[in-house]
Amino acid sequence: MIALGLFNYWAVIVLMMVGFYTLIARGNLVKKLIGLNIFQTSVILMYVSFGKVEGGTAPILIEAAEHGAEAAEPILYSNPIPHVLMLTAIVVGVATLALGLSLVVRIKEAFGTVEEDEIQSASL
Amino acid sequence: MSPSPWTGRARVDDRVILRVGAKILIPFILIFALYVQFHGDYGPGGGFQAGVIFAAAFVLYALVFGLGNAIKVLPPKAAYFCGAFGVLLFVGVGYASMALGGEFLNYSVLAHDPTHGQHYGIIGVELGVLITVFGVMVALFYAFAGRRRLDR
Amino acid sequence: MISPTEVVDIVLLILLAVTGVAVIRTRNLFAAVMLAGIYSLVSAGLFVVMDAVDVAFTEAAVGAGISTVLMLGTLALVGYQEHEPRHTPLLPLFVVVLTGGILVYGTTDMPPFGHPENPAHQHVAPHYLEESEHEVGHIPNVVTSVLASYRGYDTMGETAVVFTAMVGVLLLLSRGPLPRRVHHNGRWITVRPGTTREELEARMLAESGDEPEPVDGEGARG
Repeated sequence: MIALGLFNYWAVIVLMMVGFYTLIARGNLVKKLIGLNIFQTSVILMYVSFGKVEGGTAPILIEAAEHGAEAAEPILYSNPIPHVLMLTAIVVGVATLALGLSLVVRIKEAFGTVEEDEIQSASL
Repeated sequence: MSPSPWTGRARVDDRVILRVGAKILIPFILIFALYVQFHGDYGPGGGFQAGVIFAAAFVLYALVFGLGNAIKVLPPKAAYFCGAFGVLLFVGVGYASMALGGEFLNYSVLAHDPTHGQHYGIIGVELGVLITVFGVMVALFYAFAGRRRLDR
Repeated sequence: MISPTEVVDIVLLILLAVTGVAVIRTRNLFAAVMLAGIYSLVSAGLFVVMDAVDVAFTEAAVGAGISTVLMLGTLALVGYQEHEPRHTPLLPLFVVVLTGGILVYGTTDMPPFGHPENPAHQHVAPHYLEESEHEVGHIPNVVTSVLASYRGYDTMGETAVVFTAMVGVLLLLSRGPLPRRVHHNGRWITVRPGTTREELEARMLAESGDEPEPVDGEGARG
């Protein structure tokens, strides 16, 4: 994947911008939350791609005894720290999504609509 | 006994495939959740994934057998209790290590030697995470699915 | 030459982009939620390609499972159709392109992708990978040992956040939709939940024949 180089980051930035566009350009509140979800997942993808090590494997320690004669060669693992941080980020993301969706349900019951411009004209 | 679409009457037999399939699947889903929880030390897995899968079994039950039956199986108050109890368990493990002389969340003091102490601490902490995530996901599902619709 | 892993990487990224654009363009919210679930699953596949197996597991379970269920539950309460966008998309498009351009400019400063000598792989990460066996014991999954032991405080905070989400949702949704009572012309009118503002004003006009009072905020609870 070294050949891809920066292309990986640029592709993820394109995905982030797709989510960002959905967030700011659409008026429906549920659509905005879906865009936020996509934005969050793309950011998590970005962080995880920072932790990737070329030629490495998943950070689960392999018993050195299995290798026998090749025990001298150190095994390369991918960086586990972004994985830990992103685990937390995913769970916090779903917590935020649940709160946002419950707010949308209450807005619908209070205003009768979840379109942003109709809500603004109703409450002015 | 299969109902014809033209009679217009829905019979309970309509959903026999769903019911039987769910009855077979749900125990396996629960056991898989426990497997993911306890094998989180040796492979991918851990408390969060296991809690979500555990809750998914209850969501499947509610979808196939109805929310009323699901609430009889797992009342919402039990889900709220689980959500709170898991956090209490997590912090309780930390306090236990303080009571045994170490710092907060220093698992090494929990057993006769540090390695076993760390293992016990990690098991307890992951169990707390499992219980909380399970309770919260089920509570969220009940909150959204049990809301009365405004049929106009 | 391009290795099979890179081919899988490129194909999955293209699939993600196509799904993302489809979410923007579709106006049926049910389809949008399903596409968001597909997005989560495909990005779980991409996480596996990036050696993040724990993250992939969590993303598949949480993103494609719970998120989809909650959004579908909301759609059942809120409605499936999205209205036509009324504003021109020029300003959002400009903001998005500008932000993307700045981020791309930022990535030119980054160390090469995947090199073991990157700054992100120094200091703490080798310590965790090498010392986990001695300090934490026989737990092969380094992510679990870091999550539960080395970074136990973060996990405690995260569990508390999940609990707080439950408390927040319960605060908002535990009581059913309440009827509101609005004061008009010396009487209290009970307004069914979900009545829009126009319907309320029309009803006030029809009932009393006077100009409707402005309805602001919440009336007294029923």
